[in-house]
Amino acid sequence: MLAYIVRRLLQSILVLIAVGFIAFSLFNFVGDPINNMVGVEATDAERDAARKRLGLDDPFPVQFARFAANAVQGNFGQSYRLSIPVETAIAERLPATLELVFVAAVMALAIGVPLGVYTGLHRDGAISRMLLTASLIGISLPTFLIGILLILVFSVWLGWLPSFGRGATVDLWGWETNLASWEGFKSIILPAVTLCLFQLTLLMRLVRAEMLEVLRADYIKFARARGLTNRAIHFGHALKNTLVPVITITGLQIGSLIAFAIITETVFQWPGMGLLFLQAIQFVDIPVMAAYLCLVAFIFVVINLVVDLLYYVIDPRLRLDRPGQVF
Amino acid sequence: MSEARSNQHLLSVENLRVEFPTRRGTLVAVDRISFHIDEGEVLGVVGESGAGKSLTGAAIIGLLEPPGRVAEGNIVFDGERIDDIGYEKMRRLRGNQIAMIFQDPLTSLNPLFTVGRQLTETIRTHVSIDERKARVRAIELLNEVGIPAADRRVDQYPHEFSGGMRQRVVIALALAVNPRLIIADEPTTALDVSIQAQIITLLKRLCREHGTSVMLITHDMGVIAETADRVAVMYAGRIVEIGPVGDVIKRASHPYTRGLMNSIPVIRQDIEQLVQIDGSMPRLTDIPPGCAFNPRCPKVFETCRTERPELVDVGATKAACWLYDYARRPGAGSTT
Ligand SMILES: Nc1ncnc2c1ncn2[C@@H]1O[C@H](COP(=O)(O)OP(=O)(O)OP(=O)(O)O)[C@@H](O)[C@H]1O
Ligand code: SF4
Ligand SMILES: [Mg+2]
Repeated sequence: MLAYIVRRLLQSILVLIAVGFIAFSLFNFVGDPINNMVGVEATDAERDAARKRLGLDDPFPVQFARFAANAVQGNFGQSYRLSIPVETAIAERLPATLELVFVAAVMALAIGVPLGVYTGLHRDGAISRMLLTASLIGISLPTFLIGILLILVFSVWLGWLPSFGRGATVDLWGWETNLASWEGFKSIILPAVTLCLFQLTLLMRLVRAEMLEVLRADYIKFARARGLTNRAIHFGHALKNTLVPVITITGLQIGSLIAFAIITETVFQWPGMGLLFLQAIQFVDIPVMAAYLCLVAFIFVVINLVVDLLYYVIDPRLRLDRPGQVF
Repeated sequence: MSEARSNQHLLSVENLRVEFPTRRGTLVAVDRISFHIDEGEVLGVVGESGAGKSLTGAAIIGLLEPPGRVAEGNIVFDGERIDDIGYEKMRRLRGNQIAMIFQDPLTSLNPLFTVGRQLTETIRTHVSIDERKARVRAIELLNEVGIPAADRRVDQYPHEFSGGMRQRVVIALALAVNPRLIIADEPTTALDVSIQAQIITLLKRLCREHGTSVMLITHDMGVIAETADRVAVMYAGRIVEIGPVGDVIKRASHPYTRGLMNSIPVIRQDIEQLVQIDGSMPRLTDIPPGCAFNPRCPKVFETCRTERPELVDVGATKAACWLYDYARRPGAGSTT
C-alpha cells in the first residue's frame, strides 16, 4: 500500500509539473510580458534593461525552474491589473470560492445521496418518477440559466434572498466567512444551490443506479435470508457498497464545482477566484491566470489523493498488496 | 393444537403455485406442488435446470422476487401458516427458524464487512445479547464449521478466505441462530469438486447434531443418495415423484425419474448434469397439457396428453403418472 501511495504522489507531482509548465508558457506565448510592465513609450534600451532585471533573457529551462521554485512558495509575481502580488489577490478571493464550493458540495451530498437511496429503493413509486424527471431538468439546464431563474424567483419576485455579492461576512481570524451568521448565509444560498444542482442530480442518479445494482447482489439476498432488518440491509449493506463510485464521482465533481464556479460567480457577482480569473482573462493578467491554473491543479491533485485514500478505508479488498487488481 | 405439534410435520407445503405475471400472460413456474418435511429430516429436491427448485425454496422463505408471487396454496411451518403473515413477521422467522443458503454461495458474503461483523449482526438481529457475547458465539460458530484459527479469522474479510472456507462461513451464518429448517440450494455447485464432499459432510453432520431439517436442492444424485432421507423429483414446476430415497433411486416409478437414474454415471465423482433423457424440459410458456413430461415419455398414451396426473401411492413412493392409475392406464398387465 505504501508503494502505491508513493507512486500516486509521484504521479501527482508530474501532473503539477505539467500544469506548471503550461501556466508558465502563458507568459511567453500570450504576448510579451515586458509590454505589460513598462509603458508603451519605453525605449528598446529600457525594455532590454527590464528584461535583464526580470531574468527574461535567461535560457528557457532556467526561467521555468525559477518560476516553479517561486510557485512552490506561492509566489506568482505582481498582478498586471491590480498591481498587487498575485498571492494577495488570490488569498482575498480564495475563501469566497472555497466556501461556495464547500456549501455546494455538502448540499449535493446531503440531498443527492438520500434522494438516490430513496429512488433506488422505491424505484416504481410516483415520487421517484417525479424526482427522476425533475433531475433531468437539473442535468440539462445550463448553470447560468438556473442562476438567473433563481434570482428572478427568490430575489426579484419573493425578495427573500440577496441576488448578488457576498453580503455580510464575518471575519474569523482573517478568513472572511459567510457561514458564521444567518445574514451571511442568506447570500450564499442562491449561488450554492445554482452551483450544486447539476452535481446533486448527478449524484442522485448515480446512487440510484448503484443501489439498484447492489440490491440485486447475492449478499443482499443472503442478508434478507438471515432476517436482517430492511434498515440494516439498505443502509448498512447496500449503501456502503455504493460508496466507492459515489466517492470517485464526488471527488471528480468537486473539481468541476471549482470550474463551474466561474460561471456561478459571474452570475451572482460572487467575489471569488472564478470571477478573478475571468477578469484576469479580460485584461490578459497572465500572472493571475497562471496562479489560478496552478492552484486549481493543486486542488484537483489533493482531492484525487484523498479519494484514493478513502478507497482504502472503505474497501478492504484494495488493502491487498497489489492494488488495482480487484477492479 | 400445540399438543398436536409433536406429531405434525415441521413444514408442509400444500398446492403451492408460484406465478410470474408477464405482458404475454401468466407464467406458472411452480404448479400446485405439495410436500412436507419432518423435524430432523433431509429432503432432497432434484430436477433439471428450470424445474422450479429454487423458486420453491424462495417461496418458503418468503423471498420470491417480484413480480413472482405465491398465487395459490399454503405453507405451514411449525403449525402456523407463513405464506401470508406479512413482511415483518416473516423477517423474524428468516435466519431464526428458517435459513437459506443460495445457489452460488461464494458471492453471498458482503465484501466490505468482516465475517465476524456479518455473524454478530445476524446473531444480534435475532437474539438480544451484547456485541462481546455475540463475538464469542461467532468464534464458536467458525470453530464449529471447521475454520482453523477462528479467533483470528473472525476479523478477516471474505476475500481473505478460499472458496471452501467461504462456504463454511456461509453455513455458519445460516446456522448462527439454530434454525429448525435450512433450505440449501445447490450449496456446493460453485465449489471445487475436491471440496464439495467435505462441505456436504459438514452440513450433514451439523444438521444432525442440531436436529435441523434440510431441504437440499441439488443436481447431484450421489449427494442425494448419501444425504437425503426422502427425495422429491421436480419436472416443469411439478413434483413428479416423491418418496424415501432408497425407493426413488432403486425402484423409481415415474418414467422421468427412471430416466434420471439411468443417467447417473457409474463412477460417482464425475457426475455432471443429469439431463440424459431425449429432448429437453419445456419452457414455461409452452408446457404441454396433461402430463408435462408426455412429449418425452417412452410410455406415453392417450390420457397423458389431455389430463394432468396427480401424485398417487406407488409402493413406498408417490408418483404423478397415469401408468399407476389402474382404471386409466391402457390395456391390462404390467407395463413396468
Ligand atoms: N423473474 C422471473 N420471471 C420469469 N420467469 C422466471 C423468473 N425467475 C425464474 N423464472 C422461471 O422459473 C423457472 C424455475 O426457476 P428456478 O430458478 O426455480 O429453477 P431451478 O429448478 O432452481 O433451476 P436450476 O437448477 O437452474 O437452479 C425457470 O423456468 C425460470 O425461467
Ligand atoms: S403420465 Fe403418461 S406421459 Fe406422463 S409420465 Fe406417466 S406415462 Fe409418461
Ligand atoms: Mg436453482
